[in-house]
Amino acid sequence: MKPIRIDKVVFNLIAYAVIAVVALLCVIPFIMVVSGSFSTEASVTANGYGLWPSSFSVESYRAILTDPTSLLKAYGVTLFITITGTLVGLFLTAMTAYVLYRKEFRYRNSFAFFFYFTTLFSGGLVAYYLIMLKYYHMKDNLLALIVPLLLSPYYILIMRNFLKSVPDAIPESAKVDGAGEFTIFTRLCLPLMKPALASIGMFIALGYWNDWYQAALFIDDQSKFPLQYMLYKMITNIEFLSYAAGNNGIPTVELPHETVKLAMTVVSIGPIVLIYPFVQKYFVKGLTVGAVKG
Amino acid sequence: MVRKRNFLFYLVQNRAFLLMILPAVLFFILFSYLPMAGIIVAFKNFRFDQGIFGSEWNGINNFRFLFLSGQIWNIFKNTFFYNTAFIVTATVFQIGVAVLLSEITSKFYSRFSQSLMFLPYFISWVIVGAFFYNMFNYDYGLMNAVLKAFGADPVDVYSSPGMWKYILVFFHNWKWIGYGSVLYLGAILSIDEEMYEAADIDGANVFQKIFRITLPNIMPTMIVMVLLQVGNIFRGDFGMFYQLVGNNGNLYDATDIIDTYVFRSLSQMGDIPMSSAAACVQSVMCFATISVVNGLVRKFSKDNALY
Repeated sequence: MKPIRIDKVVFNLIAYAVIAVVALLCVIPFIMVVSGSFSTEASVTANGYGLWPSSFSVESYRAILTDPTSLLKAYGVTLFITITGTLVGLFLTAMTAYVLYRKEFRYRNSFAFFFYFTTLFSGGLVAYYLIMLKYYHMKDNLLALIVPLLLSPYYILIMRNFLKSVPDAIPESAKVDGAGEFTIFTRLCLPLMKPALASIGMFIALGYWNDWYQAALFIDDQSKFPLQYMLYKMITNIEFLSYAAGNNGIPTVELPHETVKLAMTVVSIGPIVLIYPFVQKYFVKGLTVGAVKG
Repeated sequence: MVRKRNFLFYLVQNRAFLLMILPAVLFFILFSYLPMAGIIVAFKNFRFDQGIFGSEWNGINNFRFLFLSGQIWNIFKNTFFYNTAFIVTATVFQIGVAVLLSEITSKFYSRFSQSLMFLPYFISWVIVGAFFYNMFNYDYGLMNAVLKAFGADPVDVYSSPGMWKYILVFFHNWKWIGYGSVLYLGAILSIDEEMYEAADIDGANVFQKIFRITLPNIMPTMIVMVLLQVGNIFRGDFGMFYQLVGNNGNLYDATDIIDTYVFRSLSQMGDIPMSSAAACVQSVMCFATISVVNGLVRKFSKDNALY
């Protein structure tokens, strides 16, 4: 039994208290939004927002869910780009990392630098924007929301670092048995990479789910708005609010503006907060791998 | 000739690898290297029908306009000082929270609070913008509701530029506290337990252990993290500034950064000469800082250099 020391005890108490305060600060905005979304518009306009709903009501949810066509459309766009983008991006990341990991590949260091250099120098927003519009015809094209986010040099290098823990003998012995590189990658290495695939996949998926920047640059057609961008438009633009709330017969003037914004926010954070407890560990793992330099 | 045949030979020998890496190579050519070449648009009189490469050169005219407009100093200054404030405060808070977390003995308490702190990392700046609106909105915001309840005058943050440095620093830290502290906690937990046991035997107190064991041991992680951020000191966090500040012209002196300036001139005013010149200066400055920073690190500790 170790002797209990007074400085240890005091410090421990401080640690518990400070951590509680910081953790609370981090969740309070979430609580506020949820409670506000269940308040009546009248109580919000009279008393402002609070931490508890002063009068319980679901009018805001009724307003957005009576005719959820545009909301469902935005959800559909976000789900579509998240799923396709993650699957394709993850596969390409893994395949590229595999090639960079194989010592038999003569040019692996040159290619690694070719990828890495893009994190050091970039052409900037204007050149990217003009090239996307003029040469790739990305205006109002759903590909603009998917393709540019497929690959990141960091993810490729993190994945390669992870692969380094796989002994060279595994692909080499398969090679001796006459397997091609692509077969070795898909049959042998992909199954071994599962933990890294889970972590990097989560990061890629989160990137797609939260993206609004590509939409802000390239998408004008409301039916192609992803969820986050639609929420942004709703918060900043009252006319858009009634479009998003659908044709539910409520005139724009009478729409509960303030609480509808909150309800929309809740509807867009919902999935993340629900999935979050189950996937958090993959992020933590990816993060500790990534902290070791790429 | 022999050399050439060798090269061809290697190409054939590596063909499977080359084929597998081809999609990624194409991707970076299309979305990174072509835009890099496209940076020359800053030296051109851009016309959409002629494209980046077909438009006429106009020397440094775009830059002359940019510098004459007087905006450039302000946006560079803002980008630099905000990022400096973010790096310093975030490093201190994240390491502080990580050290406190490592002292907490209850596994459940530690896990649970980490989960809560990590939550802001998972949401987009659009949602943080919505939170911000709930707190600081003049008519219904929480802050003014509280102020009114105490009989004080409501505050309009959108007409008080002075408050924004605190607001932005606060939200930056709010968003990243969980991410950073979990990362640093990982570094702390990988420190050899025996060091602490030895210190206990020697009668070291909590603070001595933190300052003599914990902090020196997480130094390498800290250096890499800080460097990554210092290298990008001229690249602002567009999402945050754009979503929190919005289009409030009277705040621009206090809050405009290069990225928001470029985005606004490009997508709202269609001012390609100005925006391309500013973006070009930014790219060059970023490249210069990251090279200098890495050179310095290389000099002092080769292991921590980025390339």
